Amino acid sequence: MSTQLLSSTLAGRSSDRSAVALVGVSKVFGRGPDAVHALDKVSLTVAPGEFVCLVGASGCGKSTLLSLAAGLDTPSAGTIDVAGLGSPALMFQDPALFPWLTVAGNVGLPLRLRGMSRVERQARVAELLRVVHLEEFAKRQPHELSGGMRQRVALARTLGLASPVLLMDEPFGALDAMTRDILHDELERIWTERRLTVVFVTHNVREAARLGDRIVLLSSRPGRVVWERPVDIARPRRIDSPEVAAIAAEVTDRLRQEVRRHGR
Amino acid sequence: MSKHDNPSTHHSDVLKPGPPAPVAPPRRRVGRRAPVALLIPAALGLAFLVLPLAGLLVRAPWSTLPQRLVAPGVLTALRLSLLTATIATVVCVVLGVPLAWVLARVDFRGRRIVRALITVPLVLPPVVGGVALLLVFGRKGIVGGWLNETFGITLAFTTAGVVIAEAFVAMPFLVIAVEGALRGADERYEEAAATLGAGRWTTFRRVTLPLVAPGVAAGAVLCWARALGEFGATITFAGNFPGRTQTMPLAVYLALEKDLESAIVLSLILLAVSVTILATLRDRWINTP
Repeated sequence: MSTQLLSSTLAGRSSDRSAVALVGVSKVFGRGPDAVHALDKVSLTVAPGEFVCLVGASGCGKSTLLSLAAGLDTPSAGTIDVAGLGSPALMFQDPALFPWLTVAGNVGLPLRLRGMSRVERQARVAELLRVVHLEEFAKRQPHELSGGMRQRVALARTLGLASPVLLMDEPFGALDAMTRDILHDELERIWTERRLTVVFVTHNVREAARLGDRIVLLSSRPGRVVWERPVDIARPRRIDSPEVAAIAAEVTDRLRQEVRRHGR
Repeated sequence: MSKHDNPSTHHSDVLKPGPPAPVAPPRRRVGRRAPVALLIPAALGLAFLVLPLAGLLVRAPWSTLPQRLVAPGVLTALRLSLLTATIATVVCVVLGVPLAWVLARVDFRGRRIVRALITVPLVLPPVVGGVALLLVFGRKGIVGGWLNETFGITLAFTTAGVVIAEAFVAMPFLVIAVEGALRGADERYEEAAATLGAGRWTTFRRVTLPLVAPGVAAGAVLCWARALGEFGATITFAGNFPGRTQTMPLAVYLALEKDLESAIVLSLILLAVSVTILATLRDRWINTP
């Protein structure tokens, strides 16, 4: 009986200790000789409150990994555990704002889907828009906003899910450097304030070194975790600081080796 | 995540015979004249489409027009036409949009065959469609016989029969338009909705439907126009009873046998009403970005 008790407490503790746990996750698309092994036995554990950046050459299955973690697709093998109720929040490079809804309508949609009352929703939407500094733009249409603002709306909409885990698939990839820099600050602030766990996919190594507590490198076809490194730079950080640049250079070197090894 | 991302092979295949093609310069249309070889047939095509309509206007009995307009049968036929075409469109939307969704989003065996079957009413002569409807929904038909015996409902040669005939002929227009819109719709929105916690039905209602609303509107307009002009299936399946099944096209045909001028008047009314409504809807729905 004591062993049972022990094992159950251990199990409880272990799920407390990880916000995201992928164990031996593989994903194969198609069958036979044409099958593409997007991911091969990937194991990755992300601690609560940790900010992990996944980097890798294009086609290394980073996006596949995120959509599996978000529950949009099922793995061919392995298990995935994500903290929180329901599926975790996922954000793409494309803000995918619904063009027939206003900014407030977009941010309010997930709340509405959860059946939140109108009054409560209005207050919550206002609060979420304040978080991303867009409170004056509530009544605007998505096409009236700049790319950076649209991505902020998408971020506010995603935060509305109140998921402890935020999965981000190159969310700032389409933005100019200045806007991206500002959004890095914002994301870092929101991450700290809300004690979120973030898995952030990017191919921009500087961005990874600027944001991450840890950088994980994926190889391509099949995608495997080949290398990882903690980022031990004090926050707040600057993307143009020498420390960030040094780590970015190191990651770039590893990435180059990886790409060369695959003969591409 | 590798799809078929190898367009380079395609290109090189295409370009193999000649020297490498230079990058196309940005298109310049301004100042270039359309070739005569295209302009002449284009003008002929336009004349071919517009002249008959002009003929109607020229031959119209303008002096007696007002009293002909208020002749007893005219308004009845017009009202019946508008009513049945509208109900038929509603029926087509209610059944056709889900059908289009299944065709566009669900992968199943025999999808091609189903799609081909749906387009059959497009190529079928409407009279043949009317005969087919009689065989199924007629008083002695497979479904019609059962309806008649069980509920005492008769569809053939009634106003409901007009709606059925019109819906049968018009539905493919709607299904094709909506399916096209669904295939063209960006699936990222539906994916985003899924990540925001929407189930499939909610996603359909809140995301897919607003996304393809212009396509549904365009399809409904086509559908309505087709239903309004329906003749062959209607006269075969619903007959030609004034006040009950005699729609405008039927009234035109009947008038033609007795009195050419009233046929012209009826045609003009049908033309004016449909052009007005289509133009209004077009501005309101179809041209929105």
